[in-house]
Amino acid sequence: MRFRAKIVDVACLNHFTRVINTIAKLAKTCTLRLTVDKLYFILTDKVANGGVSMWCELNQGNFFDEFQMEGVAAEHNEIYLELTPENLSRALKTAQNAKTVKIKLTNKHCPCLTVAVELPSLSSSSRIVTHDIPVGVIPRRLWNDFREPSVPDFDVSIYLPVLKTMKSVVERMKNLSNCIVLEANLNGEMNLKIETDLVSVTTHFKGLGNPPWEDGSQNSTQDRDPESMAEARIDIRKLLQLLAGQQVNPTKALCNIVSKRIVHFILLHEEVSLQYFIPALA
Amino acid sequence: MRCLVTGGNVKVIGKAVHSLSRIGDELYVEPTEDGLSLRAVNSSRSAYACFLFAPLFFQLYEEGSLDPDGETFRCKVLMKSFLGVFRSLPSLEKMVEKCLISLNPRASRLVVQLHCKYGVTKTHNLSFQECELLQAVFDKELCANTLRAPARVLVDAVVHFPVTLAEVTLGVSPAGKVSFRNYLDEETEPSRTMVTELCLSEDEFQVVQVQQQSHVTFCLKEFRGLLSFAESSNLPLNIHFDSPGRPAIFTLSDPLLEVHLVLATLSDPNSSSQVHSATLQAHPANGAFPTATPDDDFTGDDIDSYMIAMETTCEEGPGLPSSPTFPQRRPHPGAALESESSAMESDLEGAVPGTPPQKKFRSLFFGSVLTPSQAGTHPGPSQDVLAEDSEGES
Repeated sequence: MRFRAKIVDVACLNHFTRVINTIAKLAKTCTLRLTVDKLYFILTDKVANGGVSMWCELNQGNFFDEFQMEGVAAEHNEIYLELTPENLSRALKTAQNAKTVKIKLTNKHCPCLTVAVELPSLSSSSRIVTHDIPVGVIPRRLWNDFREPSVPDFDVSIYLPVLKTMKSVVERMKNLSNCIVLEANLNGEMNLKIETDLVSVTTHFKGLGNPPWEDGSQNSTQDRDPESMAEARIDIRKLLQLLAGQQVNPTKALCNIVSKRIVHFILLHEEVSLQYFIPALA
Repeated sequence: MRCLVTGGNVKVIGKAVHSLSRIGDELYVEPTEDGLSLRAVNSSRSAYACFLFAPLFFQLYEEGSLDPDGETFRCKVLMKSFLGVFRSLPSLEKMVEKCLISLNPRASRLVVQLHCKYGVTKTHNLSFQECELLQAVFDKELCANTLRAPARVLVDAVVHFPVTLAEVTLGVSPAGKVSFRNYLDEETEPSRTMVTELCLSEDEFQVVQVQQQSHVTFCLKEFRGLLSFAESSNLPLNIHFDSPGRPAIFTLSDPLLEVHLVLATLSDPNSSSQVHSATLQAHPANGAFPTATPDDDFTGDDIDSYMIAMETTCEEGPGLPSSPTFPQRRPHPGAALESESSAMESDLEGAVPGTPPQKKFRSLFFGSVLTPSQAGTHPGPSQDVLAEDSEGES
């Protein structure tokens, strides 16, 4: 098992750092899957996460100048690591003006992802900062746990409002209630509702548009009354975590609602795609 | 005592107080003929800092008269109160034209008066307590290793470590490599904690004098406090250190100001459990070893390993051998306070018999001037010699 990668371009480094920062806000620990072409940050829907799951995919070519990966075996040319993304975020934080950043898999006192940052300095030789981030190697027999989740058979699919606006609305609602109802219809309308004994607050968004899905899932929605709302009651903190973690406006942001079951968020940037599943509360 | 600070120097005093506030809760103020000294020490006696402002730093400097014993007046004020006067550095810079610090032993207040623009004068009356001399014993000439670098280099070095990191290990090799690494104490699991190491080449330093490879571990919080002062003053920072366990001394100086920061270092970076068992036994007369007072920076570590030698009283005569190591006994906090107050009382009464007149330093922490009735947990006047009487400020 071998992994070595290098970033030399400042813009790529900034972008990669922002992705890591977003992941760090969404998960305390997650799985990093390395293949020849891509990096994946995966969170499976364990009870410990409150049933939330995440799938984030990056094309390595968009970030790394050099990328060499040798997996556990020839026919399974992949590496799965358990890591705390916050550590990676911290390592990259002070590396923003680096000449190069190298990331490699090493075995120090335990398996580590070593981030070696070469910084400019006034003297002839560069300053080197190394961060050894302990990781866990996930054995092949467990790889099945980390398969890509399929798009659920949703009732309504709708584009999200501007994330910044949505975030500030949800932030204020968080002070009033722990659960929020997210409902939307095929007419491009979405409501965010909270209801407690003392107060109920609803924010209405209109004209959002519904994304066209080309596969069979559209059939089940074709017969649906466009005015009829599909809704799910979810934990407001999980929704806020997703919205607050976004550092850049995505190119496309949408969500698929399976009534009373789950909300599936898809956020697409140019080189990164992020899927986030929040289950409905009972 | 009256000192008048004008212009840009007001901000310098403000920054010094900010730096000292990272160390201890009390600010010791002492006007001497060499200048005004502001000092602080932390509760576990593992960090000590002193800022000495020469008389020329001030537009007006009057040391004040000596007290009947021939000593200059010393006092301490609550750091929080003093810092409150200088809290906002930007507004100090913009608004304050002059700062007058005056101390009248017979009055009950230390007065800090800020003369600001537009005819505004802010007068702060701070209550103080008379106190003993606070003087750490150290001699940078005895340190094997010396580094000097512009503060900027060191600021850029520590930025890579998290703000919450407690301790950092500084390593040097004769080949000229200097490294900083975060220190993992015994309680953190190595397989879960990120380790960060920064290597600097000797080109980045103005002076690198290393006798042999060594590593010392000290508290980062207090060091950062000094760094932020150093950066704004544009002075190069000197680091003098030796083997693990001996204090690390950080200094800055220019004709008007001398700054010293002394930090205790971990006695053995590899296993803090082997603490000073040998030296503890060397002082069997110490009595019961009290439990360590919790200290935020070194929780869980054996506090005894961090003691810096403090000058002691001179009831011991020249016949007692001087110990090159630190005092291992850590006084019970209650006793320390007790000794301070009773030391004050006896000072005022002038009733300590047998104290040689020229050496009037008294330790705050080792209650040597206690009379038996006030001894409390101290079994009589124990006269541990802690270190030679060295030139503290040189």
